[in-house]
Amino acid sequence: MTTDKLLTVCGLSLEVAGSGHQVVKSVSFDLAPGEIFGIVGESGSGKTLATRSLISLLPPNITVTGGSVTYKGRDVLKLKEKELRHLRGAEIGVVFQEPMTSLNPSMTIGRQLEEGLVLHTKAPAQERRLRILDMLKRVGIRDPEGALASYPHEFSGGMRQRIMLASVMLLKPALLIADEPTTALDAVIQRDVMELMVELTRAEGTAVLLISHDLPMVARYTSRIVVMEKGAIVEQGRTEDLLTAPQHPYTRKLLSSLPFRGEPRRIDTSKAPMISAREIIVDYAGRKSLFRKNKPKRALHGVSIDIYEGEVVALVGGSGSGKTTLGRTIAGLVKEDEGRIQFQGRLRTENWADYRLNCQMVFQDPYSSLDPRMTIQALVEEALRLVPGLDGNAKRKRSLETLEEVGLGMEYAGRYPHELSGGQRQRVAIARAIARRPRFLIADEPVSALDVTVRAQVLDLFSDLQKRYGFSCLFISHDLGVVEQVADRVVVMQDGRIIEEGARDSIFDSPKEAYTRRLLSAIPALDQNENGGVTLKWRLEN
Amino acid sequence: MRANLHSLIVWTNETGEANLQSALNRGEAMLRFILSRLAMAIPTVVLVSVTVFALIRFIPGDPAALMLGDMAQPDQIAAMRVELGLDRSMPQQFLIWAGDVLRGDFGRSIVNDEAVLPLVVSRFLVSAEIVVVAVLLASLIAVPAGVIAAWRQNSLTDLALVGTATVLLSIPTFWLGLLLLLLFGLKLGWLPVLGYVSISDNLVDGLLYLVLPVVTLVIHEAGVLIRMARASTLEVLRLDYITHARAKGLSEGAVLWRHAFKNAFGPTWTMIGLILGNLLGGIAVIETVFTIPGLGRLMVDSIFARDYPVIQGCLLFVALSYVLVNLVIDLLYPLFDPRVVAE
Amino acid sequence: MKKLTLNGLIGGILIAVLLVTAAVGLFWTPFDPMKLSFTARLAAPGAAHLLGTDEFGRDVLSRLMVGARASVWIGALTVGFAVICGTLIGLISGYARGWVDGVIMAVNNALLAFPGILLALGLLAVFGANQYGIIFALGIAYTPSMARVVRGAVLSLREREFIEASRVMGNGELYTMLRHILPNCLAPITVLATSMFGWAILSESALSFLGLGVPPPAPTWGNMLAAGRPFLQQAAWLGLFPGLCIALTLLGINLLGDALRDKLDPRMRGLK
Repeated sequence: MTTDKLLTVCGLSLEVAGSGHQVVKSVSFDLAPGEIFGIVGESGSGKTLATRSLISLLPPNITVTGGSVTYKGRDVLKLKEKELRHLRGAEIGVVFQEPMTSLNPSMTIGRQLEEGLVLHTKAPAQERRLRILDMLKRVGIRDPEGALASYPHEFSGGMRQRIMLASVMLLKPALLIADEPTTALDAVIQRDVMELMVELTRAEGTAVLLISHDLPMVARYTSRIVVMEKGAIVEQGRTEDLLTAPQHPYTRKLLSSLPFRGEPRRIDTSKAPMISAREIIVDYAGRKSLFRKNKPKRALHGVSIDIYEGEVVALVGGSGSGKTTLGRTIAGLVKEDEGRIQFQGRLRTENWADYRLNCQMVFQDPYSSLDPRMTIQALVEEALRLVPGLDGNAKRKRSLETLEEVGLGMEYAGRYPHELSGGQRQRVAIARAIARRPRFLIADEPVSALDVTVRAQVLDLFSDLQKRYGFSCLFISHDLGVVEQVADRVVVMQDGRIIEEGARDSIFDSPKEAYTRRLLSAIPALDQNENGGVTLKWRLEN
Repeated sequence: MRANLHSLIVWTNETGEANLQSALNRGEAMLRFILSRLAMAIPTVVLVSVTVFALIRFIPGDPAALMLGDMAQPDQIAAMRVELGLDRSMPQQFLIWAGDVLRGDFGRSIVNDEAVLPLVVSRFLVSAEIVVVAVLLASLIAVPAGVIAAWRQNSLTDLALVGTATVLLSIPTFWLGLLLLLLFGLKLGWLPVLGYVSISDNLVDGLLYLVLPVVTLVIHEAGVLIRMARASTLEVLRLDYITHARAKGLSEGAVLWRHAFKNAFGPTWTMIGLILGNLLGGIAVIETVFTIPGLGRLMVDSIFARDYPVIQGCLLFVALSYVLVNLVIDLLYPLFDPRVVAE
Repeated sequence: MKKLTLNGLIGGILIAVLLVTAAVGLFWTPFDPMKLSFTARLAAPGAAHLLGTDEFGRDVLSRLMVGARASVWIGALTVGFAVICGTLIGLISGYARGWVDGVIMAVNNALLAFPGILLALGLLAVFGANQYGIIFALGIAYTPSMARVVRGAVLSLREREFIEASRVMGNGELYTMLRHILPNCLAPITVLATSMFGWAILSESALSFLGLGVPPPAPTWGNMLAAGRPFLQQAAWLGLFPGLCIALTLLGINLLGDALRDKLDPRMRGLK
């Protein structure tokens, strides 16, 4: 039974050297040749460390305290450094998460790809060159010859991840470890890269260990999954069983944290819209240099959008689509070159102070959006600084109440941002935004930096507050799953233009534009069943 | 430069239009990079000249009176003022001065009426000899040591190297020089204590006079460079491409040399330029300790003698060579990081 | 982690000893540091004179204590000057951007094109070689580095989302500058100021050693070293102790600076 396994991990335990703190606790799983196998967990689950130990590439402060890793009958943990080097790359390849930093910036692509071939094969120079060109073509690089002499910074993130994949698959490894291979990429590109990875590994008969926080994505490509929490495996099994009939409470929690479609709501559109932006044009000035003035880049080509009282409008699109620029323009952080923006039927410039009081924003990165030198309470109270008619006491009281509302009690008031978790910080950011009771909120990717379960809690909080205070919201996101849960209406942007908009259900169920379809094909439709499990349905296959 | 080379190879090997295009683009980017760096140096050079000029004008007292000494008559001073151009407006004076400088006329010493430029250049060569050799040796020792310390972060080797480096860079060079002189010159009598012989006059003797000043500088600057090289290597070692290189099966040597070193060397390279320039200006103390007739000593002596044309000449010459050194450092930077060309 | 606290501890102790010595030197020294004694010329370290006497029979320990005071005083004033001027210039430059920034930075870069000690030498020619001349000369020479660091910090902070959040709240630019940007610049300012304190003490002693600093007979470590030079063969202690004082002070500052950087620099924080 065990002899036909490619890889067997048995009772693997890791700890932070010297501290006795276990980061991976007795983890066991196995992989058959050619199988695609998934490990799912949130940050801190130990999934990355567990897989790093498969090729003995742990950070220096992590030590193995028990267990074995058997690859093709040999215990990897007992191999000498030299034997390990024959294994790495040639037998087991690794694709990392961050395409921006996983290629050497000062080496040409050609030399980086060639390195592995020189090391692990006896192929002569001419053959190496042909193999590299062939592989670059297969991963979809348009000009492979040109790519050889190029440096990584000349490629986009998606292209770099393809090059990474080429670099690893060039050696035809028997096992590919893909650690969050697409997390840093746009939704549409994510899917392309995943499909490419599956296609290449199938063709070579390579087994894949796919590690991610994204359960539906992993489920889509794998036959079996393990779920990890706090260093231990809580559940493992066939993908379908695990999804439809989860046994462990944590698995159920993960599944229920997936975004589900909310109830459709009626929005009153008879009155003047809360926010009405007309024909907005924004140009980013070209960077002036002495010898060439770059042409200004048009970020928004005359975009118009209306948001009604109490309505949540989702703005979706890939990076570079202009969605963030539109949000920042409406927030007043970017000045529009042309067009006008009305607030409650009047030009916002007529009463800018009033607009400022009523238009607030929640930013994406909770680590950067809070001044690290202010206490939580001071951060929220600062938002009330310019609110007329509130004295010092009232401001203090309101700030504490608002913190309470977002689930942070008195004990948090005196703490500093770095003492809080990511989710708690985002709660502070939300508290700061709503403390003024604004009529309109701009939320720029408010949950994309958060873990799955935390994301669900913050989204719930957001929906509760939205219902209670009835503010309108422009919700900017690349994650259509989240959008499906919170939005009343969806606006799709591409290349600085709005290409499609409509009520949420109509966009999700019958998209018209090809780009919208591609966006939707990256996320599953979820159906909750009575076991606390879900069934995934992939939309618009083909 | 490297990018250029690569493009050329592609260009000659292949005939594809795309390659030609990208090679051209890369060549153009490189040209733009070089031109923009050269252009950026121009305002610095102008402002440096203005600063040097202004600095000397700020010195209390009338230069004409200073030049003529205590016994000068008012009409002599007035005539001198006209001769020096002091009766004209400041901008005019500056332009006259700058014009002279461009023609290589840095004026004449008040003390002995020597032409300033040849004097400064001859003294500069003495200083440069010591500084360049010292920085070269210090880099050869310190950079590998720093890389190894980073590679073995928190090990005993690392602690020992960083500790030593921190102690070394805390020792003032003039004190270290005195101690070495006391030990090797006075107590052991191995090396000459006073005086100076140029290596062009007598190679062996000249070298003997160079040993102590160079060793003193090497010890001190090695301390600075070890820490710099270690810090920048640490930054690089935690990046993904290092792990990726290891995951490819590369040996630690190849990982360190091919992937870590080249990317980590940039900041150290800049530091070497700064040290080189700083030493050219700050070598006065070493020259005083070892009685070497270098540029620093000339500057200090001129300050004592209130020989303003020489002070001015020294300041300008050192500042301009500092700008030049940093320009060269900048222009060679793409060798370590091709990304700077694209920006 | 252990190493860091050790760094800070040793550095802290060295600097504390320096400060205490300088403070004590204000009120009390074993002997009058200026009192000549022809009977006790070049006395070796011993019971009477703990660190020996110099060529005029003056007590070395007493002179070192007074010299410590001079070093701390000059170092502190120099750093104070550079921090205040540099921070102000850096804030204005990073805040105004555009042509104001361009002009300020062009001048700044031109000043940075002079090696620090060279600019100080040139300025000393203007101000004259004395204690305040040194303070102004070094202060002006160090200001451009401080200005550049502060400007860099301001520019990078401006991109942070909490600064945008402040704008969205409707806060004025000046308020944002003082409430959010300046406090977050304090870490790099502190780290640089610590190094500068070391540079200033080193430069002061180097200038005094060259005879361009505080003029004798007032004792500083640098001019004691210079004065002791001709007597090194008979009285090695004259070359040993002042230099040791400078070296230990610099070591203390460097160690303390490292500890501070590790503690304050968020990038380094992520490394641990």
